[in-house]
Amino acid sequence: MTGFAKRLLGTAIVTAALAGAIAVYIGVWATAAPPSASAVQTASGPHLYLGTVPAAALTDAHPTWVSYYAVNSTSGHWRHATTYVLPAHTLVHVTIFEYDSQTGLRNPFIGEATGTVGGTFQLDGKTVKAINPDTASHIFAVPQIGLSVPLEGPGSSAKNPCSNAPCSLSNAHHTISFTFRTPGKGLYRWQCFVPCAAGFIAGNGGPMQTVGYMDGFLKIV
Amino acid sequence: MKEVNHFRRVVLWWLATSIPATLIVVLVLAPGMPPGNATTEASGVTVDNTLFLGISVPVSFAVLVFFIYSLIVFRERNPSVVTEGPALRGHPGVQLWWIVITIGVVLFLTAYGTIRLLQDGSGGGQGPNPIAAPDPPHGAKPLQVQVVAQQWRFDFRFPSYGGVQTSQLELPTNTLIEFHVTSLDVIHEFWAYQLGVKADANPGVDNIAYVTTKGPLAFNVRCGELCGLWHGYMFNSGRVVPKTQFATWIAQQQRTFAPIQKALPPYSRTYFPEPQRRGG
Amino acid sequence: MSAIAVTTTPKAPLWRRLIGFNLLTGIVLAAGGYILGHFIGDHIQGANLNYYSTEAGQNDVAVLLGYFLGVVGFLVGLGFANYPISRMLGHPPTLAEKESAEEGGLRYFSLSTDHKVVAMQYLVGIGFFFFIAGLNAMLIRTELLQPNSHVFGANQYLTLVGMHGTMMMGMMTSSILGPFANWLVPLMIGSRRMAFPRIEAFTFWILMAAGSVLMTTIVFGGFQTGWTGYEPLGAQGTAGFDAYLAFFTLVGISMCLLGFNLLATVIVMRRPGMTWSRVSIFVWGVITTAFLMMLASPMLAAALMMGMMDRTIQTAFFDPGYGGSSYLWQNLFWVFGHPEVYIVALPGFGIVLEMLPVFTRKPLWGYRVAVAGMLGVAFLSWFVWQHHLFMSGIDADLRPFYMLSTELISIPTGFIFLSAMGTLWRGRIRFTVPMWFCLAWAFNFLWGGISGVFLSDVPSDVLTHGSFFSMAHFHYTIMGGLVFTFFAAIYYWVPKMTGFKFNELLSKIHFWSLFIAFNSTFGPLFAVGWLGQPRRVVTYPAFLQPLNDWVSASAYVIGLSMLVFLVNVVWSLLFKREPAEANPWHSKSIEFQLPTPVPVHDFDRLPVFDPDPYPYGEPVPAPVYASGGGQT
Repeated sequence: MTGFAKRLLGTAIVTAALAGAIAVYIGVWATAAPPSASAVQTASGPHLYLGTVPAAALTDAHPTWVSYYAVNSTSGHWRHATTYVLPAHTLVHVTIFEYDSQTGLRNPFIGEATGTVGGTFQLDGKTVKAINPDTASHIFAVPQIGLSVPLEGPGSSAKNPCSNAPCSLSNAHHTISFTFRTPGKGLYRWQCFVPCAAGFIAGNGGPMQTVGYMDGFLKIV
Repeated sequence: MKEVNHFRRVVLWWLATSIPATLIVVLVLAPGMPPGNATTEASGVTVDNTLFLGISVPVSFAVLVFFIYSLIVFRERNPSVVTEGPALRGHPGVQLWWIVITIGVVLFLTAYGTIRLLQDGSGGGQGPNPIAAPDPPHGAKPLQVQVVAQQWRFDFRFPSYGGVQTSQLELPTNTLIEFHVTSLDVIHEFWAYQLGVKADANPGVDNIAYVTTKGPLAFNVRCGELCGLWHGYMFNSGRVVPKTQFATWIAQQQRTFAPIQKALPPYSRTYFPEPQRRGG
Repeated sequence: MSAIAVTTTPKAPLWRRLIGFNLLTGIVLAAGGYILGHFIGDHIQGANLNYYSTEAGQNDVAVLLGYFLGVVGFLVGLGFANYPISRMLGHPPTLAEKESAEEGGLRYFSLSTDHKVVAMQYLVGIGFFFFIAGLNAMLIRTELLQPNSHVFGANQYLTLVGMHGTMMMGMMTSSILGPFANWLVPLMIGSRRMAFPRIEAFTFWILMAAGSVLMTTIVFGGFQTGWTGYEPLGAQGTAGFDAYLAFFTLVGISMCLLGFNLLATVIVMRRPGMTWSRVSIFVWGVITTAFLMMLASPMLAAALMMGMMDRTIQTAFFDPGYGGSSYLWQNLFWVFGHPEVYIVALPGFGIVLEMLPVFTRKPLWGYRVAVAGMLGVAFLSWFVWQHHLFMSGIDADLRPFYMLSTELISIPTGFIFLSAMGTLWRGRIRFTVPMWFCLAWAFNFLWGGISGVFLSDVPSDVLTHGSFFSMAHFHYTIMGGLVFTFFAAIYYWVPKMTGFKFNELLSKIHFWSLFIAFNSTFGPLFAVGWLGQPRRVVTYPAFLQPLNDWVSASAYVIGLSMLVFLVNVVWSLLFKREPAEANPWHSKSIEFQLPTPVPVHDFDRLPVFDPDPYPYGEPVPAPVYASGGGQT
């Protein structure tokens, strides 16, 4: 093989390897996004069932991180999804099964719900406006539309607490439900405001700073 | 052959280009400069920007005209032969004048900036002990508004209205507002663009910024300091409304947030929520 | 067993030559070191450490120990342990390792003490990371094509922003001192080598280790802090932030030693007769930079160690809840960070002023003014850092002082412009590709400087601080200042370093597309910032979309222009291989009087230097010969 052909082959191999590496970098890492879930169509309109767990499933990439899950109401099937697809300008019912323990709010102000229909929500069937900020386990908040609902966690004395997803209704939990009107089409972020990231300074790292755990998007279509 | 006076030509070109350019910039472009004239402090910054643009144009044109003139006039017309230029190694007079002029410009800019800063603080965060507080219109008391930043939202507290906390911001017209900016976790920045206010929110620090509102206005609030995942989404909007409308609004906020009011900590310059070294 | 004994006998087969102390061994030992460090970290018992790592699902101690031992393994594999061990075993001291040209291409993949080999290693190694960081910039602009729909994940976007900034500021800082100062300074001062040749090689390889460490951040969840790594945000981060901390610590070590080595070389290795006023202006640019590098980077390393301790052994330097301060990091970081931006600007000054006399055929105008400008910038750059904190609520009385010191630094910078303008005046200006890059520097840096006024003045900083205006400003100074002069240096010196010419047409396409696209990218960003877009956002108001799209399109042209450069490099240096003339620019500087390629030991006899380093122009000054070997 001549020197020229050798260099040509070498250049081709290096170029192909770099192109492959760049493709993996962009295609596999940079564009990775958690899966999405849609609301269930019911007689009263679209209904979104969510659950929060003290720790993601043991098979998850981060099995110690707190997380939101989407729950299939009929099969009880849990899905690790944090992008929720909802129709625009519609009343959406949301039911959240809260399995994680109480942490307490850094900013007690968020203990009051805002942006729901009537400014209230149902905590185990009881209509309330606010909770004791110290009992908050998580928040479901979409700041761009002013929606914020505090989720009270089961107390530390509760029996049969859930440890990892999937949790079942026999585990200690609270059921929170509310209705809100979706805005126009677009992408809206939602997040939790409780410093609930165990093991991270000020409880605000890891799952609180990673889309797919305590953060996600509402995709309004 | 008569020697061409290149220096005089450069100066003439500079005058011929920079005078019209400066006039256009100062008279046409600069009056529309951000952040606009919605508040006294924003107007001040617009004036500063106009002045700096007015100084920048002749200064930059001096350099540009010199370069363009030199590159055209002194170019080598026959690059195939290497010919040497004149062995000039410096000129004490030129060097002296350059130093004098640059020092003059720099000292003027600093002096102007300092005077303007001490006048009213220009809407910037001045820390817990401000040195430049503007006089409130009609001698009225300034309205204190606390800005509480956290990952990733802004909330607002009004100590003169029983410490009510709101998630939206409305302000009365023609009032001196005293913003107290603080944070509950990491460093944020309260940037109320049209108000001309910018102040970092540090945990455990009370950063004070002043702004004097004029007429009614809708303004945007954005976080200007990278604060983590949702930094790009940490925005909010607010309004400046007539005083009566403001009174109605704040009363309504007091009613709306009455359920949570008793759970709030007493109003304080800073908040140290129970230290949570590591959450759990 | 010394490195020389283990590596090549020229006729050995390739596989045999691959066994020994080289990059391959280094990578293998690096992986081994990482595994060992991680293993040890996992078994360090301590009530709190254990609890936190279990809860968080990450062990910062293990990751950092892994990085540390991995780097040690890498360096041992490259052969850095051989010399100390052989000295301890009583072997005599030696200076040279793998300097002989007979060792062929493999010496570029191992510890070599030939300053010209290290320079080439630096050029290629830094170039590699420059292109990765540039790729990240392209991805950032892709995300910003749309105001509110996302190509990349929100986490990944911030990691891209952080990696772009960190890699550019960390690796590219050495992009002129690493390749060009290492290659040129010994020649220009009449020395055959650097003062500390092994440290010279060490600074390169540890920088490569650093770059690789930073790229591993994507495995650990990235980091959300940008290149400034503000605390306590950094302390919250996932293990991806450990990669940032380890990266900058290694970069700090590399920069500090690089500066120290260059400073020592220029001070003690000058040929007799090479007095300070006879030193090339490029060397002045190098030593002022080296001075800043040597003193500023330990400050960075100290801050990073504190950050590591906060994350591992639960100290609270930056955690206000436990008595720390969020200002502490900002201050420590910018005490390094502001000299740092002059570390990237000063070598550019040196390169421009070095080339202008050659292409105007005139002596450097105002040599002493230019030197005073460089010294002034280097000195004043220590007193300006708090202008990054104007809005942060620092003591309000401090701000006029920092406004003054920041404005003052434009005076010595003005000296550089004066010297450049004086050199152009009545010259015989020859337009070559390096000359175009130097002229582009003047244009870009002018706007960088003018826009700096709006940031250094506190009232107008209320509008510009933390916005795209400030981002455009520092890209004008750093990309317009450093990257343009970096390319000027490449087109000017690389034909001499490699012996091969660049393709003229591709070089010109590269320059003009880069220059136009650069201004078309960063010029509109001043407006974007003025209109209210903060830095590092993933979403922005819809009315800013036309401007952002324009900027993104221009940024892609920058990317294409860089591809043209790559094609030029591969085609000219690898395939066409047209031999370069010994002195294509008719320079009178020493490096162009040597044969191409420059022999391993540089000079057969120590050269004689002119009293004026730029003996161009007419009348030609009579040479004054330095007395050979005597004291002058």
